[in-house]
Amino acid sequence: MGSPVLRLVAQRIALGILLLFAVSVLIFAGTQILPGDVAQSILGQSATPEALANLRKELGLNDPAIVRYFSWLGHLLTGDLGTALTTRQEISATLLPRLWKTLFLASWAAIVSIPLAIVLGLLAVRHRNGPIDKMISGFALASTSLPEFFIGYLLIYFFAVKLQWLPAISTVYDSMPFLDKLKAIVLPATTLVLVVLAHMMRMTRAAILNVMQSAYIETAELKGLSAFRIICKHAFPNAFAPIVVVVMLNLAFLVVGVVVVEVIFVYPGMGQYMVDHVAKRDVPVVQAAGLIFAAVYIGLNIVADIAAILSNPRLRHPK
Amino acid sequence: MAMAQAKPQRESDILLDIRDLEIKAAIYSPDEKPRDVTIVDGVSVQTKPRGESDILLDIRDLEIKATIYSPDEKPRDVTIVDGVSLTLKRGKVLGLIGESGAGKSTIGLSAMGYGRGGVRITGGEVFLNGRDILKAGVQGLRRLRGREVCYVAQSAAAAFNPAHPLMDQIVEAALMHGVASRAEAEKRAVALFKKLGLPDPDNIGKRYTHQVSGGQLQRVMTAMALCSEPDLIVFDEPTTALDVTTQIDVLAAIKDAIRDTGVAALYITHDLAVVAQVSDEIMVLRHGKMVEYGETRQIIEAPRMDYTKALVSVRSVEHEEKKPTDKPVLSVRNVTAAYPGGQIKVLQDVSVEVHPGQTLAIVGESGSGKSTLARVITGLLPPTFGSITFAGRTLPPKLADRGRNDLRELQMIYQMADVAMNPRQTVGTIIGRPLEFYFGMRGRERDARIAELLDEIEMGKGFIDRYPAELSGGQKQRVCIARALAAKPKLILCDEVTSALDPLVADGILKLLLRLQKIEDVAYLFITHDIATVRAIADSIAVMYRGEVVRYGSKTQVLTPPFDAYTDLLLSSVPEMELGWLEHAIKGRRMASAGH
Repeated sequence: MGSPVLRLVAQRIALGILLLFAVSVLIFAGTQILPGDVAQSILGQSATPEALANLRKELGLNDPAIVRYFSWLGHLLTGDLGTALTTRQEISATLLPRLWKTLFLASWAAIVSIPLAIVLGLLAVRHRNGPIDKMISGFALASTSLPEFFIGYLLIYFFAVKLQWLPAISTVYDSMPFLDKLKAIVLPATTLVLVVLAHMMRMTRAAILNVMQSAYIETAELKGLSAFRIICKHAFPNAFAPIVVVVMLNLAFLVVGVVVVEVIFVYPGMGQYMVDHVAKRDVPVVQAAGLIFAAVYIGLNIVADIAAILSNPRLRHPK
Repeated sequence: MAMAQAKPQRESDILLDIRDLEIKAAIYSPDEKPRDVTIVDGVSVQTKPRGESDILLDIRDLEIKATIYSPDEKPRDVTIVDGVSLTLKRGKVLGLIGESGAGKSTIGLSAMGYGRGGVRITGGEVFLNGRDILKAGVQGLRRLRGREVCYVAQSAAAAFNPAHPLMDQIVEAALMHGVASRAEAEKRAVALFKKLGLPDPDNIGKRYTHQVSGGQLQRVMTAMALCSEPDLIVFDEPTTALDVTTQIDVLAAIKDAIRDTGVAALYITHDLAVVAQVSDEIMVLRHGKMVEYGETRQIIEAPRMDYTKALVSVRSVEHEEKKPTDKPVLSVRNVTAAYPGGQIKVLQDVSVEVHPGQTLAIVGESGSGKSTLARVITGLLPPTFGSITFAGRTLPPKLADRGRNDLRELQMIYQMADVAMNPRQTVGTIIGRPLEFYFGMRGRERDARIAELLDEIEMGKGFIDRYPAELSGGQKQRVCIARALAAKPKLILCDEVTSALDPLVADGILKLLLRLQKIEDVAYLFITHDIATVRAIADSIAVMYRGEVVRYGSKTQVLTPPFDAYTDLLLSSVPEMELGWLEHAIKGRRMASAGH
């Protein structure tokens, strides 16, 4: 591993951390301009002005924004996500189990969708412009054109209501046996797979087709190699970087974009938790959740960047 | 290296076929009983008829078509190769020669049953080892490619996969076809590296494409083709993209490898002098048809057809050398330049002069700093040291600081006329632009001047509404010349303007440039790697090597011995149309080339 790779990777990680700080500023600023008043929403419409003033003082809402930002940031850096205003509970105590549940759902969707998308993409290239290619592309584009709430309800209608194979509500709790958990998330995971599949599949197809124009593919053909070996051995490694970028973007979507799917299936994940607390004007919870989403998003993009750097033989094997 | 496997034979290839013959005789000895003695036990003999059996490749009446999709018309079929027949014996080399579009690569690839892009073999037969490979089917072709016939591409740098080490790719075909085990194939590859004169033969296979130079890659690709011990190799312009000083080494390596392995070859090139060094026979092609086919000596020394004669006697440009004047139009003084962030000086203390109405040729191999010098003169790369005086005034080093007149009087023509023109603009717009920009010409005045310029480049005003895509390579370059002339420049920088053109077309361009020089009294700074071009056009010459001018003076001075070591290498590396030149040149070298 040469020094240019290490330098580039270190650069990407440093940039990611810097970006995360910038995002924390944005999240904080964004929550400040949210309409409504926490004290008001905790105490209700009938609260007296004195009670409201007292509560505001107690919550520290009267300090200037910059003071509140740095005290929030300071707590974050020591691992303290703060206290929920509405429930007066430690945020990390409720948030972390929900984060795990979201990751559980997202990773199953990823485990199914990523290999499936790449294999379908390879198949589409192998049978380019033939009926198999058209079928794969048609199916993928159709599934991506439908919004996830529609797919979700469609799946519920057929598999939960009509056939009654699977539950319509994906309740998952900690003491649940593993297989029951899996059964509970089949429908939301399938919904997610259908949403992200097409993008990754089409990108795999396009990236490999692009590489298939290269002179070294002709060399491989003139060696008498089989079409599948040409695609897997000679085209795929050179199409790796663009594919991994799309895969990571979709992974990020799986974590960050599950809000709608979690709400449809009443899945106790992070997305639902965040949406609930936006409605309640619980600013610290929204901030914490937003920051975790941002960290996941940035982290996955760094992984994509690093994978692209490592897949480049010029950087791995400098002159 | 002997052919290890027996090839499947065509029925008619066998004259006598004895299988598992057993012969016994009865022996009667006085003391014993009569007994049988086996005299011959299980012997099989096959003999081939004389003459015919050693034919490896037999192409008969080949016809190849391609479908052309143009935006305005219906797709139509174009015949690329029309009724070409050839035969190649085992271990022989046939040179296919012709200008671009002659169909030589297409014929070469047809020996592998392969058509590039939309190219299809529509007629004729291709017998390889006695079988018609056009009837072999997809699987049959796959068994044959990389096994019986291998391919060496023009740009090995693009033909190797950048994601894998070279060795994996070299042994791949041998492994896939079950010719050898990995260890055997690698051993054979290393032996081939040694034979082809590659440095560090034991380890070069571990490298990646970007870690190996172009000349070396070309030899590695030849090793790859030889590794599965094929009967035939198709060499598709294997040295065209290389510098002359590198080309000669690669050419010698290929020739030795062909001789020592006994492989047959189709050698495709547009350079008759190159093919004369390696081939036994030559076929001259034009527009997809055969022009002449014969022994190499006959083609070179006694060509029968007019087209072949023109190819043999190319470079008919005559140019009287002019004496330098007192007042040069351009003088570059002690210029040193480096690219931003780079520590390496790409130009070191370069001083040259160009005189009005004359031509200075800058020669050198790639990486010698020729084009960088042009970039410095145009202001694209400000020098770190030194100055440029043009038409009596010192030019600002940066392009942004130069006035409109500085820009107008200093024009450029590029190697790739294709990409130097906007494909969405007509010839009229392209030539008219400098007229509008520099002289404010509009309407009829502008059109009249465009027509005049089109006449000057010998094309005529019929071309005014054409798009670049509708022009041939030579015509495109002519339009670029007209565009440069439209600005009425004092100096035109010509950067390898004939390198991408076929020899006869390039000759036409050189003649045009010389004629225009007389009429317009314009000076040229002519950058090229081709010595023949230099001889044809230059008044003075600067030889560049690794960013420095190693030899500079009038054409006669520079081209007259005694030479410095580099100029000697450069001049002696230019292929000459003479049998045995290669061996002679390799033997007489004083300095090893640096490019490989």
